[in-house]
Parts: sequence; C-alpha cells; structure tokens
Amino acid sequence: MDPNYQHLYDALSKVEGYIYPNEIGLNWGILIVLYPYITGLVAGAFILASLNRVFKVKALRPIYEISLLTSFSFLCVATMPLIAHLGQPLRFYEMMITPHLTSAMAIFAFVYLWYLMAVLLLEIWFDYRKDMVIWSGEKKGVLRLIYKVLTLGVYDTSPKSVAVDERLGYIITVVGIPSAFLLHGYVGFIFGSLKANPWWSSVIMPVVFLFSAMVSGIALVLFIYMIISWIRKQKLDMKCLDSIGKFLFYILIFDFVLELLDTVHRVYTAEESFDIISILMTKLFFTLTIGQLLLGTFIPLLVLGYFQFSKPKDAIRKASYFIISILVLGGIFCMRWNVVIGGQLFSKSFMGFTTYKARLLGAEGLLSSIVIMIIPCLILAALLWLLPPWKKKNMEAY
Amino acid sequence: MPSSACSKFLIQNKMETEKDKSKTRRDFFKASALVATGLALNAVVMKPGRAAAEIERATAAKIPDPDVQYGFAIDLDKCIGCGNCAKACKIENDVPQEPFYFRTWVEQYVVKCDETMKIESPNGGIDGLKQSVSKEGIEKSFFVPKMCNHCAKSPCEQVCPVGATFRSPDGVVLIDKEYCIGCGYCVQSCPYGCRYISPITHTVDKCTMCYHRLKKGLQPACVEACPTGARMQGNLRDKDGPLVKFIKEHNCRVLKPHLNTAPKLFYNSLSEKVI
Repeated sequence: MDPNYQHLYDALSKVEGYIYPNEIGLNWGILIVLYPYITGLVAGAFILASLNRVFKVKALRPIYEISLLTSFSFLCVATMPLIAHLGQPLRFYEMMITPHLTSAMAIFAFVYLWYLMAVLLLEIWFDYRKDMVIWSGEKKGVLRLIYKVLTLGVYDTSPKSVAVDERLGYIITVVGIPSAFLLHGYVGFIFGSLKANPWWSSVIMPVVFLFSAMVSGIALVLFIYMIISWIRKQKLDMKCLDSIGKFLFYILIFDFVLELLDTVHRVYTAEESFDIISILMTKLFFTLTIGQLLLGTFIPLLVLGYFQFSKPKDAIRKASYFIISILVLGGIFCMRWNVVIGGQLFSKSFMGFTTYKARLLGAEGLLSSIVIMIIPCLILAALLWLLPPWKKKNMEAY
Repeated sequence: MPSSACSKFLIQNKMETEKDKSKTRRDFFKASALVATGLALNAVVMKPGRAAAEIERATAAKIPDPDVQYGFAIDLDKCIGCGNCAKACKIENDVPQEPFYFRTWVEQYVVKCDETMKIESPNGGIDGLKQSVSKEGIEKSFFVPKMCNHCAKSPCEQVCPVGATFRSPDGVVLIDKEYCIGCGYCVQSCPYGCRYISPITHTVDKCTMCYHRLKKGLQPACVEACPTGARMQGNLRDKDGPLVKFIKEHNCRVLKPHLNTAPKLFYNSLSEKVI
C-alpha cells in the first residue's frame, strides 16, 4: 500500500454509516482551522486598539500600540495557512490577478490587502513616524538606516505635521473599524454561504465569527500585555487590565448569546440535517462541550462576571486574567476547530461520519501549524524591539 | 549646556536642515499613488493571454449554445449494480485506483422491513455490489449510480476563486487544470460529493461527461460500458431526442431539488429515500 494513502485507509476503516466515497479524507485540515483563528486575532486586536483611539477609553492607553503591532504581526501570516494548504500554492496569485467575482474566497484577498495596506500599515506608520524620525537621529549604524527608511523620507516633526499625523491616524482608525468587521465577517461568510453544508450554512455565521474574533483578539492582547510587562519587569496597570476584562466579559456574553441563538434555532426548527448535527455535537464532546463551552466560555464568564461586582486583591485578579486569556484563546481555537473540522466530519448525505486525525509532518501537519503560530510571535518581538511603545515620546508614563 | 540637551539640540538642528531637503508628505503620497497605479497596470498588461481567456470563458458561460445543452439520465430500473460504469470511468479518465477518488460510483440502497435503511458503496461499487442484508429482512433494494450533476446553477462554479471551474457553452461543468489552485472550496460547496482533489495533479477533479469523447461524437465511457443501457447522455434542447423523451415519459426527478442547483442529471424511479 502506498504510504501516502495510509491515513485515508485508516479513516476508511473508521467510517460510520454511509458517506460519499470522495468524502473519506477531509479537504480542509488544521491549516484552515488556523486561517479564521488568525484573522480573528487580527480583527479583535485592532478593535481593542480602536476602543482607545476612537472611543476614547483612556484606561486602554497602555495597550494601544501593543494591540496594533499584535494585529499587524498576525496579519502578516494570515494568508500563510491558506497558501500552504493549496494543492498548487505557486498559483495563489491567480486569485488576485484574475479573481472570479462571484467567489467569496476571491474577494477575501482584496479585503485582506485593503486591511493590511490601507489600514494597519498606514496607522502604525502615522503613529510612529515622529518617533522614528527622532530615533533615526539618536541611533547609529544599521538601526539608524532602518529608521530612516521607515520614515519614507518624511522627516518633518513640526507640531503642525505631528497634528496632521494624528488626524490622519484617527481617520484611518475610524475607517479601520468597519474594515476589521468586514475582514472577519467575510471569513464567516466564506463558511456561512455554503448551502451544501448545514453546519456552516447560517446567516448569522459572519456575526458569530466577528464576535468570537473580538473575544480572541482581546484575550490575545491581554495575554501579550501581561507577558511583555513580566519580561520588562514593569508593574501591570490594573485599571487597564480591569478595563480589558470588562470588555472581554461583555463581548463574550454577546458571542455566547449569538451561538446560543444559532443552536436554539437549529433545535427548534429541527430541519432535515438536525439528526446528523445532533450526533455531530456529541462527537465533538472534547472540543465543543469541554474546550469551547466549559473552559472557553462558562469559566471565563463566571470569573469575569464576578470581577464586575467584586474586586479581589490585585494578585488574584492578575492571575485570573492571565489564566482567562489562555482559556479564551483555547476556547476560540476549539470553536474554529468545531466549525472547520466538525463541518467536514459528517457526510453531505447526512447518513454517516468520517474521522480526522491531524498528521505531525507535511505541509498540512501539526508541526507546520505550530511554526505558523510561532512566526507572528517572532514578528511581534522584532516589532516591539524596533518600535517599542514604551519609548515613544507620549508614552513615557508607561 | 548638558550633553543630552546638547545632542537633542544638534539632532533638532539637523532635522530642520533635512526637513528642507526632504520630500513633503504630499510628495510621498503622490509617489505612492504612482507606484500603485503602475503595479495595477502591470498586472493587467503583463497578463493579456490570461485575461482574454477569462473574458472568453465568462462570455461562453453566459451565452449558452441555444441548440445544444448536454444532459444525462439514469434509468434506475435497469441498473444491476455491476459497477462497470465506475470501472470504465476510472480507466478512461486516469482516476486513481484507490477507493477515495471517484468521478462516478454506484450506491446500493436497502430498505429493511423495520423501516431502517442501509446504504453501501464499497470501492464505489467497482467490484460489483453484493447484498449484505439477509433476504428476510429486506423490504426493497435498488442501485443508484452517482456522478456530477452538471448543475445549471452550479455552486462549485460560483465559489471557485479563480474561475477554473466553468460551464461550457453546451452546458457541461468543466475544470481548467492548468488554472485550478487546489483550494478545495468547490469540493466543500458541492452538495453531491462529486469532487475530489487529485493526488496526482493536486487540482480538483470530477466527471466531465467525457467531454473529450463527446467532441469526437462518442458516448461517455460509463454509458458505453453499461451492459443494460441504464445510462443515457444526450441533448436537453432536442425536444424530440431520446433523452428528453425518456425524461418526460418517465417523470424523472433530480437529486436535492430544494438546493436549487438545477441539476442536469435525471433519474427514473428515484426513491425519496435517495440522498
């Protein structure tokens, strides 16, 4: 037997009921789980930044730049899992050069580029331009050259020029909020618009994706802020942490209510696909009941809800926020897993199930997924070293 | 003057001098706009062949041939579940022999006396389907060959991000393998499970109604291999032709009509239980 087909023969031996013969192997594996997960982190982190910039939530000031840089770092790799999973990865550019305009996936490429080029890059540039000019004067050697290049030759640091930066940055953030909604709402639409798959086909899928994106992005920034402060041996700003916790709590409630609405609707209408979906939900026990619901939603909601009424000691809150951020990040990963993998485990005949076991090696393997998740962390570390928010002129207090 | 204040003064002084020399922000945006326009033009100009092919293909799909729209019909009363059709298809179209890739396959339905149902298609029925339920427990049993439905409103064509899946003017849903990126979005969108990613070409594959044979005036391989004449291929626009006559006379039905994909694959004696 050709070892390349071994996993398919294994899956074939575990098929339950009847599935169409072409459905034994899953077409979308762990890489496509990462794709909505990463774009969700991008959109969520950006929305957290905009809460400070546009909605003037002052308590979130310490994490404004961290949110932006986190969002940018993850956006840089957002297309990596997509391209890596393609059968013909070298042809990926065809999607942008000759896009098929009725395809949700083709339009995503433009939404992505818009978000990267017109929103995040510009906003970070306007935020840092003045500081980069100053740093290009202070530093020496290669670093000086890098800062000079990054200023793109605009060295004007007069108050008037800085005010223009500020105003343009503000406008971009305002444009960025609907763009972030569009980016992740669109990812939800890619799944929600497939009428062949009842687990995906839902009109509220883009909204569910959007709120889960905000939840995961906020949890990620919370986690990163705590790690950075720990590495820098800086005191955590408790007001900021509590404020992040408050937003996480409210958005998590919205997210949970939306998913609940979807489930109640499915149970109440009990359409043709209901039987197979109810069996699927029991099959996803570990990732759905334990990962997504218990660890990723109920426990964080209970703890964060408690913090809205009572404020235990700082140390307890810090530890709780740290654990909650990890739980929520894991919970949203499970949610993406349940959508992407869960949606392919049952046959479109509604008469049976196949199985999925992620492989360790290969382009679609666990190792490549881990690498894809490590790369944005390295990009973020490099960006924080190059553009440290705590060394910005207006950030000395932090 | 303290040294730090001195260096700041020097930096500021230097920056003031550089400011005069440097470009303004307006210049920078002008330059950026020029570069962006240049890149966009480059993308269009450098790909004339591809763009022209795209337009041609889009036009072809939008203006169907008024005289020829190919369709297919299967007479389930005649199917004996021998699997010759699936076997011939694999040979004719170089479909991998492994039991995970099929352009066409045959399902065996068994409705049991206790009203439960068993569906099977081991190796797509290629080796011939045998009854696995004891005679006493069977209320009825029948075979259903499956293949691409060549939908007139095909979801696979709609979702393809590069337009590699397209409809020929004569109504056959085809794939440009030189162009397909192998994303699998069409596989997910097909409600009939008719598509797979080929392990050989790493692009999507499915039934083409043996288009290469049709264009030579031949029948599809599965039609030719069927020993009972259960499979029929023909022109749906030919109102007096054998295909249209068969569909009308037998009150044929299509699979999953509620999904509104307008399949061009029709079945005679199709049970409601068929999925």
